[in-house]
Amino acid sequence: MAPGVGKTYRMLQEGRGELANGRDVVIAYLEPHDRPETTAQAEGLEMVPRLRAEYGSAVLPEMDLDAVLARRPELALVDELAHTNSDECRNAKRFEDVGELLAAGIDVISTVNVQHLESLSDQVADLTGVRVRETLPDEVLKTADEVVLIDLTPQDLIERLREGKVYPEQRISTALNSFFKVENLAALREVALRQLAEEVETKRLLTGGPGRERDRLTEQRQPQAVGEKLLALVTPDPRSQRLIRRAWRSSQRLGADLDLLWMAPPGQAQKIEGDERVSAMERLASVLGANLIIESGDDLVATVRRVARERGATYILIGPPTPRTGLRRLRPSLVERLLEAVPGVDVRIVSDRTKLNGQAK
Amino acid sequence: MSHKDYLLIGFVLLSAALGFLLWREQRRRAEVSDRRILFPFDEFTLSMSALEATLRIARAEQATLVPDYLAVVPMRVSLNAALPRQADKALPLFDAIEARAAKAGVPVDSRIEPGRSYRHALKRAFEQEKLDRVVIAAEGPSGNGFRSDDIAWMLDHAGTELLVLKAAPDSAVGLVAA
Repeated sequence: MAPGVGKTYRMLQEGRGELANGRDVVIAYLEPHDRPETTAQAEGLEMVPRLRAEYGSAVLPEMDLDAVLARRPELALVDELAHTNSDECRNAKRFEDVGELLAAGIDVISTVNVQHLESLSDQVADLTGVRVRETLPDEVLKTADEVVLIDLTPQDLIERLREGKVYPEQRISTALNSFFKVENLAALREVALRQLAEEVETKRLLTGGPGRERDRLTEQRQPQAVGEKLLALVTPDPRSQRLIRRAWRSSQRLGADLDLLWMAPPGQAQKIEGDERVSAMERLASVLGANLIIESGDDLVATVRRVARERGATYILIGPPTPRTGLRRLRPSLVERLLEAVPGVDVRIVSDRTKLNGQAK
Repeated sequence: MSHKDYLLIGFVLLSAALGFLLWREQRRRAEVSDRRILFPFDEFTLSMSALEATLRIARAEQATLVPDYLAVVPMRVSLNAALPRQADKALPLFDAIEARAAKAGVPVDSRIEPGRSYRHALKRAFEQEKLDRVVIAAEGPSGNGFRSDDIAWMLDHAGTELLVLKAAPDSAVGLVAA
């Protein structure tokens, strides 16, 4: 939105998050503006040494594009996307450097103020009386997979400025009397919010192309209906995966929530930590948006009855019952016991298709 | 002892021997099926010929096939978030792969691996799974398969045997849930 709102801080936060997720992250270029909070946020992140470009008698720091390309991180953090490079750099603008990084398969998170957008520069100049020299073609922003707006009320931003969190003390007074006026910041905020709303709408309406498709990945397919709730009895065994998939599809068709219940044998619930199969089941549940409930005990039917009541289940899905042998033949089957324990709840058996295929051979 | 007693003893001994052999075979299979072959894919990189080849390898080695759908998750979304649209694409592919694996007599243990990129999802898969081999298809004329730079990255990071199959002129088209 404007200088000082926390763009660089947020970029570094994202970078740290990705680093914690195991990605190879480097700071390709950072403009800390001598802000202690920003500097602290950069700690622990690898920084590619900057290029020292001579400009007259001054030495200007620039992003060392070749060094970043040689380092080949998974994700590069590049501050100030609209920056104009010095003559010693290969490209005239930093967004062109970013283009090279993207072409090399390196993901990039960058920052830009809304007034740097080419199409908005006149509007911003009219609103604020300040014309920005460094501009960024709108197409660059449109190619971004995601745009995150760092929003702050004008009052909060001015407060941050007064506290010395944006500029050093000697520049505060000048800033307050020129650019950092409430009306300027309010106008910039409005422009930024409108711009982002348009971006989001465009991406939502566009179809085709993996980048656009990804924006719709997390949308629910249909509104949730009221009343239906599925409970699937699962185990970490791979044979349960088909049951989970069938249950999820049914839940999608019904617009219903899905609970997965694993009844861990007594003593096994403590051994869950680090169990590869349990962790795989947890990941699958997470991707499907299903709620995984892990209970321990040996009375499956009693547990199912309790959980089904607590969760308001209307369907129970189970895998094919294991063949009953010996004295177990004398007991009612699991399906019979479930139907008796949870009257009014439909019980559905999901077949094991591997056996069907085996017979078909 | 009568002739009948000899027959009975013989029957009992034969049953015990058969039981022992069955138990040993089951145990051997259980031991062998610890071998796991990762088959990473998504809708764009799934190659039918690579899948068939992987199934042949898995059957020969009596290994479990681990088809792993690589789900790219946007940065603004948590890696633990629900991904219904990704799941919608992945699940029919799993069904189809499992149907083919069942016909080939290969056990399957499917995965969906979310990540910020293919490489990130693969890296997570390599970290979380005990694997004996990774089988992938190189990008072919039809576009399905992994790009050369991704393959080079995998060679550095897989930590296990990586088998790269040359893409056949097939495509992912035609893989439908049976």
